[in-house]
Amino acid sequence: MFQTIWKRIGTYKTLTFLTPFFVLLEVASDILLPLLIARLIDQGIDGGDLSAVWKYGLLLLGAASLSLLFGTLSGWTSAIASSGLAKNLRHDMFYKVQEFSFSNIDHFSTSSIVTRLTTDVTNVQNAFRMVIRIMIRAPFMLLLSVLMVLSLSPRLAMIFLLALPILGSAVFLIVRKAFPAFEQVFQTYDKLNNVVQENLRGIRVVKSYVREQHESEKFEKTAREMYDLNCLAEKTIAFAMPAMQLCMYMGMIALSWLGARMVVGGTLSTGDLTSVFSYSMQILMSLMMVAMVLVMITMSRASARRIAALLEERPDLTSPDSPLLQVKDGSISFRQVDFSYAGDLKKPALSHINLTIRSGETIGILGSTGSGKSSLIQLIPRLYDVTAGSVLVGGEDVRSYRLDVLRDAVSMVLQKNLLFSGTIRENLLWGNPEASEEELDRVCRLACADEFLSAFPQGYDTELEQGGANLSGGQRQRLCIARALLKKPKVLILDDSTSAVDTRTDASIRQAFREELPSTTKLIIAQRISSLQDADRILILENGRISDLGTHEELLQRSQIYQEVYASQTKGGLS
Amino acid sequence: MAGAFIHGGPGKAGHKARGQGAKEPKKVLKRLMGYFRPYRLRFFVVLFCILLGALASVAASMFLKTLIDGYIAPLLLQPVPDFSGLAQALVIMALLYLGGVLASFLYNRLMIGISQRILLDIRTAMFSKMQTLPIGYFDTHTHGDVMSRFTNDADTLRQMVSQSIPQLFSSAITILSVFLAMVTTSIPLTLVVILGVVLMLRVVRFLGGKSGTYFLAQQKSLGAANGFIEEMIHGQKVVKVFHHEEAVKAQFDRLNEALCANSTRANQFASILMPVMMNIGNLLYVIIAIVGGTLAITQVTGVLTLGSIAAFLQLTRSFVNPINQVSQQMNSIIMALAGAERIFDLMDQTPESDDGTVTLVNARYDSAGTLVESGSPAQTGIWAWKRPRPDGTVTYTRLTGDVRFFDVDFGYTEDKIVLHDISLYAKPGQKVAFVGATGAGKTTITNLINRFYNLADGKIRYDGININHIKKSDLRRSLGIVLQDTCLFTGTILENIRYGKLDASDEACIAAARLAGADDFITRLPQGYETMIDGEGGQLSQGQRQLLAIARAAVADPPVMILDEATSSIDTRTEAIVQRGMDGLMYGRTVFVIAHRLSTVQNADVIMVLDQGRIIERGTHDQLLALQGRYYQLYTGAFELE
Repeated sequence: MFQTIWKRIGTYKTLTFLTPFFVLLEVASDILLPLLIARLIDQGIDGGDLSAVWKYGLLLLGAASLSLLFGTLSGWTSAIASSGLAKNLRHDMFYKVQEFSFSNIDHFSTSSIVTRLTTDVTNVQNAFRMVIRIMIRAPFMLLLSVLMVLSLSPRLAMIFLLALPILGSAVFLIVRKAFPAFEQVFQTYDKLNNVVQENLRGIRVVKSYVREQHESEKFEKTAREMYDLNCLAEKTIAFAMPAMQLCMYMGMIALSWLGARMVVGGTLSTGDLTSVFSYSMQILMSLMMVAMVLVMITMSRASARRIAALLEERPDLTSPDSPLLQVKDGSISFRQVDFSYAGDLKKPALSHINLTIRSGETIGILGSTGSGKSSLIQLIPRLYDVTAGSVLVGGEDVRSYRLDVLRDAVSMVLQKNLLFSGTIRENLLWGNPEASEEELDRVCRLACADEFLSAFPQGYDTELEQGGANLSGGQRQRLCIARALLKKPKVLILDDSTSAVDTRTDASIRQAFREELPSTTKLIIAQRISSLQDADRILILENGRISDLGTHEELLQRSQIYQEVYASQTKGGLS
Repeated sequence: MAGAFIHGGPGKAGHKARGQGAKEPKKVLKRLMGYFRPYRLRFFVVLFCILLGALASVAASMFLKTLIDGYIAPLLLQPVPDFSGLAQALVIMALLYLGGVLASFLYNRLMIGISQRILLDIRTAMFSKMQTLPIGYFDTHTHGDVMSRFTNDADTLRQMVSQSIPQLFSSAITILSVFLAMVTTSIPLTLVVILGVVLMLRVVRFLGGKSGTYFLAQQKSLGAANGFIEEMIHGQKVVKVFHHEEAVKAQFDRLNEALCANSTRANQFASILMPVMMNIGNLLYVIIAIVGGTLAITQVTGVLTLGSIAAFLQLTRSFVNPINQVSQQMNSIIMALAGAERIFDLMDQTPESDDGTVTLVNARYDSAGTLVESGSPAQTGIWAWKRPRPDGTVTYTRLTGDVRFFDVDFGYTEDKIVLHDISLYAKPGQKVAFVGATGAGKTTITNLINRFYNLADGKIRYDGININHIKKSDLRRSLGIVLQDTCLFTGTILENIRYGKLDASDEACIAAARLAGADDFITRLPQGYETMIDGEGGQLSQGQRQLLAIARAAVADPPVMILDEATSSIDTRTEAIVQRGMDGLMYGRTVFVIAHRLSTVQNADVIMVLDQGRIIERGTHDQLLALQGRYYQLYTGAFELE
């Protein structure tokens, strides 16, 4: 996991390594300070030598300046490196998602992909900056301080060598106990956010059913759970600090006792004793920092893991080695197709589909909720791959085309269609970035979008708010159709995409298709018989299988399903 | 600290008001302190412990002076050193240290409890408050905006309560006592330290200002990048269908680069703050050593002992450290106060007004045939409106589901009326349908019946009672609503159905699912009714979710039902089945139906055709066809064969 993240450091590797290097130099300068002060006290003040005071004073100034210089440099490089890592992570993840197939996206869910690209990256960025500075600084400081004490007085150093292992194991135990608690805290946190989110979305439902009290209780239960877990986790961590202080303070008492005896006995100078005290303070500080950073790393571990999971996901659509670059015509055939979203044929979405569609034909598709209509058409532009069998477009297996060639030839208007922020023109040009004004006019006329567009003062340059919130559902659908037509596709698929368009407009869109796009194969999914009955053939799906295929008249004759649907729509109920 | 780090961060802070300080920080702080009140006893203990801990640490830094001047120096002069005095002093010191450690341990533990409690209090208060807000609030605030008050703002607030406030307090005590100790040790050296600190504060101000500016820029570009990511990831399927990946990547790269640049600069200034502060501290330390050394040797300002200098050096550290800490806390305090202000803003919103006095009670007929409150917990199946009269008596009116509108006008804002002169009546058991284009006002009418919004003019009577006099919760309990955009909650399917009536038995829920035509697909799921679904219901199709929402309304069994495009995503054949079940359920009840498909509304007792907020036609299907008006046009449009 950390390796996956580490690889993303890329061009920032030099700076990443420079940071600890600067930190080392900074610490080295820092560590000189107590030593120089000891000399200043012993030779200068104690010895009454003013020149020695100045000499060591200047040396001290030099060391402090060096420390300032390297400290600033390390701060500078760490900021660049961590921001760079964050940039690379976002970049790689975003690019990765662009390679994903629909099933990859389904696997992660869009909201979790968004969290990974935003909050998780920020967490990792902060942790990384801490690690390359503090994680190097603190242990190194600790080591050098101990070494300095050792050089000043090996006897006094024994105190630390005794205290440190005890302290280290105490911190280790505490942190190990707190880690799982913190992980649980995060899970509860997600749960809590989820309750808030659902209530925001469902506030009308909550109010309609007068469930305010019920929801508040649900929230409080989760909030309380989080309170308990947080208290547990933090109270465990709260042991760390006093344990450290206790060890250090006791060490200092021992230091005072032994130190005083040594000074009195003449084996240690007063200045050295002062230095030892300073170093012991730094040892204490370093230990606290190590503990703090350890906690931070644990907390960002969850984020790092989620990022790594996304980066390690393998896109399950692969392009062939020598792909076909042209789609001959709009003919489609399904050969013994089985399909299941999870790739597990125990729960098939489609089974035993055999179907041949001529180029230029119009096929209506009808079926009840969950009968497999959307699954069927999504196989054509290879949004998903078949589990068994094959789908052919223009006489070739869809898997033998280069993906963009196939998707250029197969235009599809999705059921839940989306427009993006920007102008209407920018949205339409998704279909073809080089389209001329005439072409725009033409597709908008075909999609019957021209009538409402002409009512907008800014026409194509009207800004869309939040994915077209300022348009009605029917207007959005018509723009989506226009966008799809701009591709000049060989196959056009409408997945229930005129449901919000009134019936008269719906009819004129279909008429335009018939007259102006005779060579394009058209597949239309709809609930309304009126949207389908003039199709060349109508396909009826039932439980993932083809139930019938024929013209309106034929199906009225022989298909019970079709008769029922027709009856329900003409007479307003089963009778 | 934990939550703030993982879930807070600038990640979610892309909203407009972000990055600004609180408008009235003092008021916010005062109000915040109010939350400490229930825990004041514990908080006083905390303050006392902080005091003890601070004093212990000051004593610790002074101890070096005592050790050198009071013990080591005299001992050096003794021919036979006697260490018993030192031993005694050390024992006292050890006890003092121990006290300090215990005090800081105690204060940490207590403070965790207090701050977590306060956060819990604030969160639950905020959530309960949110539940009482009128629908209008949610229309005018994005979900992200409200969400971030629960996440970001609450987290920064907790950090402030649990860390900044105690730290400020302990820093203040330390600074004060160290200052006193410094003054008593040497006034000239103290002056030097003060000069140094003034310099430090200036540097902090400069760097803080710089990094602040860039942090704002970072927040802004983070908002832009996150917004783009959100839009593109949600629209990922469209991106793929149009193989627009390359263009999207290029756009993303631009935003990503801008974010990286701003984030680099902001963090550079923030992260050099620490070394700069530390080394100014070091420099100060060095200057004190030089000045102190000079003074000690020349003795111009009086006697300055070796111990004093050593101690003063320690004191300088102890003085500078808390100042360092406070300056680093300042940023988070400012952020936390801004967050607290947003939280309080939500809590200060006016809740839905409810001055209704009429309540819904379970009733029965007594032997004389008059309606009385049933009194027993057993359900009688009869509901009545209990109306208190000014003279203290109460009257009961049977709940039948008779709804009448009298000249109703309504607008979401006062200056823009969207419904004009709506008058209609729905007798018990009638099915009333609304037909019209998007934006004609169909949904708005139903939102007035359950009082999601208040009328601008006119009135609505329910069983002869002005709905403004009915308690909102009782009014809504008597209405069942199924919306086009079905909202389910995380839980099992059974729990979701039971949401309609919390005390419904499993059998009742399953019966409701059968009625709604949902039983069929539920039983085909591997876990059946125990299948877990999340709020977005990702595993279910839109049509299946609508079936669940209908089952949820069916189990509530209300006398009046509002179906707002409730079957729009269900295929017509299934819809016919659902319709049959619903008709059975709704027999003798009032139903309001909004539907796009005319086939859904054909059998209504009355159909209202709406256009731009007015009822332009009304009548039965046959009457409206005979009228040859708008309805006729719509209807024939639907069956235009060629």
